[in-house]
Amino acid sequence: MIALLARDLRLAIRAGGGFGLGLAFFLILAVLVPLGVGPEGQVLALIAPGILWVGALLACLLSLDRLFALDFEDGSLDLLATAPIPLEGVVAIKALAHWLTTGLPLVLAAPVLGVLLNLPGPAFGWLVLSLLLGTPALSVIGAFGAALTVGLKRGGLLMSLLVLPLYVPTLVFGAEAVSRGAQGLPAATPLLLLAGITAGSAALLPFAAAHALRINLR
Amino acid sequence: MELVVSDLACARGGVPLLEGVNLRLGAGEALVVRGPNGCGKTTLLRTLAGLQPALEGHVSCPPETMAYAGHADGLKAVLSVAENLEFWAAIHGQGGVNDAMAAMNLTDLADRQAQNLSAGQKRRLGLARLMVTGRWVWVLDEPTVSLDVASVALFGEVVRAHLAGGGAALMATHIDLGLAEARVLELTPFRALPRAPDGFDEAFL
Repeated sequence: MIALLARDLRLAIRAGGGFGLGLAFFLILAVLVPLGVGPEGQVLALIAPGILWVGALLACLLSLDRLFALDFEDGSLDLLATAPIPLEGVVAIKALAHWLTTGLPLVLAAPVLGVLLNLPGPAFGWLVLSLLLGTPALSVIGAFGAALTVGLKRGGLLMSLLVLPLYVPTLVFGAEAVSRGAQGLPAATPLLLLAGITAGSAALLPFAAAHALRINLR
Repeated sequence: MELVVSDLACARGGVPLLEGVNLRLGAGEALVVRGPNGCGKTTLLRTLAGLQPALEGHVSCPPETMAYAGHADGLKAVLSVAENLEFWAAIHGQGGVNDAMAAMNLTDLADRQAQNLSAGQKRRLGLARLMVTGRWVWVLDEPTVSLDVASVALFGEVVRAHLAGGGAALMATHIDLGLAEARVLELTPFRALPRAPDGFDEAFL
């Protein structure tokens, strides 16, 4: 399993792996929004939590459609399905590799982009914390969507349509935690719900995704 | 160890292709599956390898004892030859990467990225993967595609060494690998007759 994680990280970093693509998208979005909305600090501060969370969500989605599609095309997925490690483990490891190459950089870059969006001072900690708790759920739910659409031509578009509605709870609680933090209100409840979504999806969805993969491999 | 397949039926895309397939494969034996295009060679091999469920019948060995090599080689273009093999060896908990490269004449190419290999070299790398799986039965689907004569002979030697080590090989191929001892299974007599859909869901598949 560690070998699979190492391979996926190595593939992401090498040429054409798409490492940093999501991060660049996130950066551009956070730069474009102030240009579009205007420089009024109050308006920006109001919408910053939502924009940052929507940006993180879309950036995550960018690299998801290749999660299983590449392995499917070159035949590795057949071979991984017949390998000694369970397919559920393969899904979990690939989701983890996706989070390490996409989600974690977003978490680390978010405070810098918060400055661009005039995010109020007290909210920075909550922003990092909520992204840290919420982005793993984005990767796992996305892995499920990618498993459902693997093997379909232009499956990426269909995957976005399937996955984005499933992202709604994560987005609602994540953005809510940050905006509560910005207003100085207690933000523990949405954060706990966010952590619950992540734990629940990480526990259940690898099984669903592995089953979807087996059906798609037939 | 013996692989016994009894009364196996398998389908492709919901259409039954084969039924009543019986075969036996003991240690040190090779079996070549023959038949016209579309008769179900690949479907049979994928069913045995556990990639799709059988309609009916019984296979004595679990898929965990088989190493499957299909039409695609499962190589990562940006990894080198050695890295590709090391990955599969690690997944199967085996060593012997250097031996596998030497056997398939890949040692000189060890540091070259897979995307810069020729089609035949890629195929050789895909076949070298079999040697690092440590599996007992090799299930090979057209292993000689894009191999030149010398490489076919090289691979024939590798299969023979695997058989001599107590392994077995089940392959679909049109080209003679130089394995005189291999038995031939003709699949045409096992062609399945059309069946009535046996369930409400099946009618929509």
